[in-house]
Amino acid sequence: MSATHPPSPVSQRPSAVNLTPLDWAKKNLFSDWFNSLLTILVGFVLINTVIGFLRWAFSTAKWSVIPTNLPLFFVGRFPANQYWRMWLLLTLIALLAGLTWGVLAQMATRLFSRSVLIGVGLAALVIVLMPLPSVEGGAPLLVRLKLLGLVALVLAAAWVGRWLGQRKSGLGNWLSLAWGLSFFVGLWLMAGGLGLPVVSTTAWGGLLLTAFMSLVSIVLSFPFGVLLALGRQSSLPVIRWLSTIYIEVVRGVPLIAILFIGLIMIPLFLPQNIRLDLVLRATLGLTLFTAAYLAETVRGGLQAIPKGQYEAASSLGLNTPLSMVLIVLPQALKISIPAIVGLFISLLQDTTLVSIVGLFDLLGISRSILANPQFIGRYAEVYLFIGLLYWGLCYAMSQGSRRLEKQLKTSH
Amino acid sequence: MRKWILLAAALSLTVTACGGSTTTTTGSSGDNGTATTSVASRLDTIKSRGKLICGVEGTIPGFSFVDQSGKYSGLDVDTCRAVAAALFGASDDIDSKIEYRNLDSTARFPALQNGEVDMLARNTTWTLSRDAAGGNGLEFAPTTFYDGQGVMVTKASGITNFDGLDGKSVCVETGTTTELNLASRAKEAGITVNEVKFQDSNAASAAYTEGRCEGFTSDRSQLAAKRTGLPNPDDNILLPDVLSKEPLGPVTINNDSAWFDVVKWVTFGLMQAEEFGITQANVDQMTSSDNPDIQGFLGAQGELGQQLGLPNDFMVAVIKTTGNYGEIFERNVGADSPLKLDRGLNNLWTEGGLIYSPPFR
Repeated sequence: MSATHPPSPVSQRPSAVNLTPLDWAKKNLFSDWFNSLLTILVGFVLINTVIGFLRWAFSTAKWSVIPTNLPLFFVGRFPANQYWRMWLLLTLIALLAGLTWGVLAQMATRLFSRSVLIGVGLAALVIVLMPLPSVEGGAPLLVRLKLLGLVALVLAAAWVGRWLGQRKSGLGNWLSLAWGLSFFVGLWLMAGGLGLPVVSTTAWGGLLLTAFMSLVSIVLSFPFGVLLALGRQSSLPVIRWLSTIYIEVVRGVPLIAILFIGLIMIPLFLPQNIRLDLVLRATLGLTLFTAAYLAETVRGGLQAIPKGQYEAASSLGLNTPLSMVLIVLPQALKISIPAIVGLFISLLQDTTLVSIVGLFDLLGISRSILANPQFIGRYAEVYLFIGLLYWGLCYAMSQGSRRLEKQLKTSH
Repeated sequence: MRKWILLAAALSLTVTACGGSTTTTTGSSGDNGTATTSVASRLDTIKSRGKLICGVEGTIPGFSFVDQSGKYSGLDVDTCRAVAAALFGASDDIDSKIEYRNLDSTARFPALQNGEVDMLARNTTWTLSRDAAGGNGLEFAPTTFYDGQGVMVTKASGITNFDGLDGKSVCVETGTTTELNLASRAKEAGITVNEVKFQDSNAASAAYTEGRCEGFTSDRSQLAAKRTGLPNPDDNILLPDVLSKEPLGPVTINNDSAWFDVVKWVTFGLMQAEEFGITQANVDQMTSSDNPDIQGFLGAQGELGQQLGLPNDFMVAVIKTTGNYGEIFERNVGADSPLKLDRGLNNLWTEGGLIYSPPFR
């Protein structure tokens, strides 16, 4: 609709107080005959689409495929008697996320703004109303209670985090450390060992695998990419050439080719009884691939830093590593945040390619579920559902990056 | 500057030298690898590993997919289970001895050749160029499913065989062997079929559903799967005629007879068990059968298993785990499954099908 806005002169900006919905519609949607026509046309198409969708969703679509396979979508073939480990992992994440939120929001006037409350209410509504299978993974009521408990935990932890953050400074560093540690705890919960039954990586799947691979690739490719970017700018020719060669070679090869090399070529170079884990190989491929792109993004940020900054750093007596770490990189990375997050979002979506090399990520497990003779032909329902999941993840990432940008904003 | 160039040249020389030497070492180790495989069979590798790595497709209805409890399921999957049971004994949790690997059609042969998987059970058609040493260099175990191109029609159309399609229209995917087969078989039969061509098979089946053509042709297993997705599956029938040969079976690598023989004879064993009437339910009673053939087959006497490098009662373990071929068929693609394929060519030779095992003696 915003496309039909008539250009309004700046001087006549009306005060928003005395604008009734009718006035607003008259002004924005029906200002002249052309705009009215456009509004009616677009409205007609939109309403028809929505009606068609709703008719499909409530009469044709058979949604039973989603609740019946819900555990598969989320954790793949993870053994059902070990689901409690996933709940524990979720609890840990909820706790840390809540604390982090509280600490970050310690300066805000209200922790639970209206939009947050609406979001929480919606989440609770979804949890209470969503259909769940009554299978051995726990009674539906129990699952609902657990999920509601998680939401409550996030809120409580946020409140506690804000309270603590206002009284003690330096809590952020501890939280970063806790996040770092929680990764290893999570890995232990996923893989087992050290007293827990071992779960092979071939049993990982669904959203769990997608999130795990994206997270590990993001965390690993970031430092690697920054190093490559610095290497490409280095005054030492060997480092510069090697970085350039790496970046250009990897950027010149499609990701699917890298994944296939990982699948097919790597075993040729290894003895017959040594087999690298497939998840490891795929994650490595994703990391190496993303690092090359990230390097170029960061290089763009580096080039945007005026020469004066370098000179100022060296006139302060800082050597090259120090001036990079203290002066140049913080500014360069801040500039590149939107591009880097864009890269990470596309990395998340690129993880769908691993279903081609035989891993059950969210898309892979969906394809397998669709091959179950009981659910043949349920393409629309399944793809719509996983599309929503992907959208949720990506939206969360971009929201997070916007917060980060605001947090780091130093320009006046 | 010149110093830098010299240094770079020296370095790049070392790098290429190292690169060269790594290539040669990998080359020789590759040679070693093949040399060892011809001596030590993959069978020993699998036994010492304690796990069978089985390549499946993972997304074919009735053949391999993940069911709602997270377990692999399907006819191909049961073939993997049968081989694993022969190697590691009967088990309620045979999947703990198997690592399934999903492979799409581009990755399946390389994965087999580089040892990533021990065997394939993933809807692979047995052809000369795939079998020959000068082609893909694979070994094909006995066919577990005789697929072939078929035609689906509505019951209401009254068509009962291929000749009945004379003057009727058939939806077909264009640019495939399916299309060519339909044309040549129609010519042979002396009938005219109006081909309604579509770019992909989903569009073709959708057009059939909308009634734009009387028939729809594709592989019979595909047709059966598509049929279960139709609004009224029972209103549609598969014509008995088979227009092409698509024998599908397990595959192993060339030049490893010991391992290939295990896969081959376990597959034959499933068929022979059905012929003997040995089922999952009665296998324990059958071990005390007084038929010497059955005694030998189940390892109550003789040393058939040992000759393969397996326990003598390996077929007992196999049948306890998966049942005989008929049970596997009916459970996954036959009458007990939503696909409801009839046995057809996949019936025992004694029942007019092609399922035939050489004698176990």
